[in-house]
Amino acid sequence: MKKIALNGAGLLVALFAAFPVYWMISTSLKPSSEIFSATPQPVPTHPTLAHYREILTGNLIPGVSFLDFFLNSALVAVSTVVLSGLVALLAATAVARFRFKLRTSFLIMLLVVQMIPLEALVIPLFLMIQRLGLYNTLPSLILTYLGFSLPFAVWMLRGFVAAVPKELEEAAAIDGASRAQIFRRVLFPLVAPGLVATSIFSFITAWNELIFALTFINDQGSYTLPVAMTFFFGRDDTNWGPVMAASTLFTLPVIIFFLLVQRRMVSGLVAGAVKG
Amino acid sequence: MSSQTKSPETAAARENPARRRRRVDRLPYLLLLPALLIIGVLLLWPLGQVVVMSFYRLNSVRQLRGDREWPWVGFGNYVDILSDPFFLTVLRNTVLFAAANVLLTMVLGTLVGLLLNRLGRKMATFVASCVMLAWATPALTGTIVWKWIFDDTSGLVTWLFNALPDGLSNSLFGRSDWTGYGWFNSPLLFFAILTLVVVWHSFPFIAVSVLAGLKSVPSELHEAARVDGASPWRVFWKITFPLLRPVFGILIVLSTIWDFKVFTQQFVLAGGTQDRPTFMLAIYSYAEAFSPPPKYGLGAAIAVILTLILLVVTGFYVRMVLRQEDES
Repeated sequence: MKKIALNGAGLLVALFAAFPVYWMISTSLKPSSEIFSATPQPVPTHPTLAHYREILTGNLIPGVSFLDFFLNSALVAVSTVVLSGLVALLAATAVARFRFKLRTSFLIMLLVVQMIPLEALVIPLFLMIQRLGLYNTLPSLILTYLGFSLPFAVWMLRGFVAAVPKELEEAAAIDGASRAQIFRRVLFPLVAPGLVATSIFSFITAWNELIFALTFINDQGSYTLPVAMTFFFGRDDTNWGPVMAASTLFTLPVIIFFLLVQRRMVSGLVAGAVKG
Repeated sequence: MSSQTKSPETAAARENPARRRRRVDRLPYLLLLPALLIIGVLLLWPLGQVVVMSFYRLNSVRQLRGDREWPWVGFGNYVDILSDPFFLTVLRNTVLFAAANVLLTMVLGTLVGLLLNRLGRKMATFVASCVMLAWATPALTGTIVWKWIFDDTSGLVTWLFNALPDGLSNSLFGRSDWTGYGWFNSPLLFFAILTLVVVWHSFPFIAVSVLAGLKSVPSELHEAARVDGASPWRVFWKITFPLLRPVFGILIVLSTIWDFKVFTQQFVLAGGTQDRPTFMLAIYSYAEAFSPPPKYGLGAAIAVILTLILLVVTGFYVRMVLRQEDES
């Protein structure tokens, strides 16, 4: 009896959590007649890829298609990931491998800057982007997201670097390897999985971001996907089929990446709160 | 162990110990340099700059580019904001929204965490996977889907209300035809739906963190208490909660910070920055600065106020994390 109640509650939670995602995918596969019918269909009775075809082949504005926005977003996210991963790896090595005077101060600063409300930085960063002449360019976003993703990336990578046994590096050093060689041949391969996990977080940060992309990009051809979606689909009588198809295409990479690394997310954010 | 103590053993150090030591001393700083530069230029400098900007009257992009001068107004922007009765509305919206969302997220997240701990393995995996889906969904698309669910013609909620028996619907809400009903038109309903969206997005993190905490607590304690006949309510408050107090502390602070600056969900749900009665601090700051006519100085002052509020909360957070690091 008790078990039934628990399982029932579990099913309710699962339904509440997963339903919107299901509804998004389900709607994207329904023909418009089914989407706008008086009685909603729980599952697509005549599944169709028409909405996907529509957004992938048509142009949202003259000369610019959904794929262009997708590529803009991908370019920004991948650039952010590469830069942020590289810089974070160096900093994480410094923090995890050396004891130096400002180490603790740096760690405290990492924690504090992660708490800066990024929403409060839109105006000053807009000023900086204007001054640098980067307004309306994708590098303005790469730069911004690099700053946003770096503190968490360092914080997370620190743990991965610390987990590599120091003895391995010492052994390499005794064998006559230089610092650079140790870094490249010993540390880097062992930290690579952690680097992948960290990269995924940076990727998601950059991929999902809306406010700054909305503010720094005015030229429609340079819109990232989130901006394009609010701009073209945020209007009143919305054609939900293509909107849900676009949402699905935008969401799926994030969900896949996210599921790969969600474990680290908890341990990174609640760092040290739970022992064992 | 410090790197200095091991370096004399390396081949390079044997050749020239003094030089080697000096290089090792400098190396960590060199490695930190790029990160420090980026954090300094892209986070700390703008943080200072937003304060500076809040003391000027900045109403055009040309001023930002430096083509025109910046008239100093001192605390003028702050006086304008604080003496405007609208600011009280915004502050009330922000604080009430954050309080309601933190409370609901914590309660739901904790309950789901406790539930996941009690379920059988297969069921727990299934529920946890579904919960992960909500967590993984980007704020943008998650909100768009909820907007579709609340669509005033073909949305699921509109259909559900239409499906209610007319008599019941009439006596409860005073209407039976819900087609065309604007779910987002009254501020209270708007906030209710926004709360639904935000709680949906944020309870998974709480649930998973609480679950991780529960797994680290020896289960004998719970079993002993249950054998002694303690009610689940008592077991939670007398055993689980005290043991997980640090986890709860951090989760509450993190949730508070996140819920104070909700932007994307509100922007998408409201379809932009026109819906002033539902403004909260983050979107208020943005709208003042970027909706024409632009008022960057005023927007900056609001951003500073938001930051100051969050600074206090962050102080708690850092103290808690540092205490944890010391203990472990």
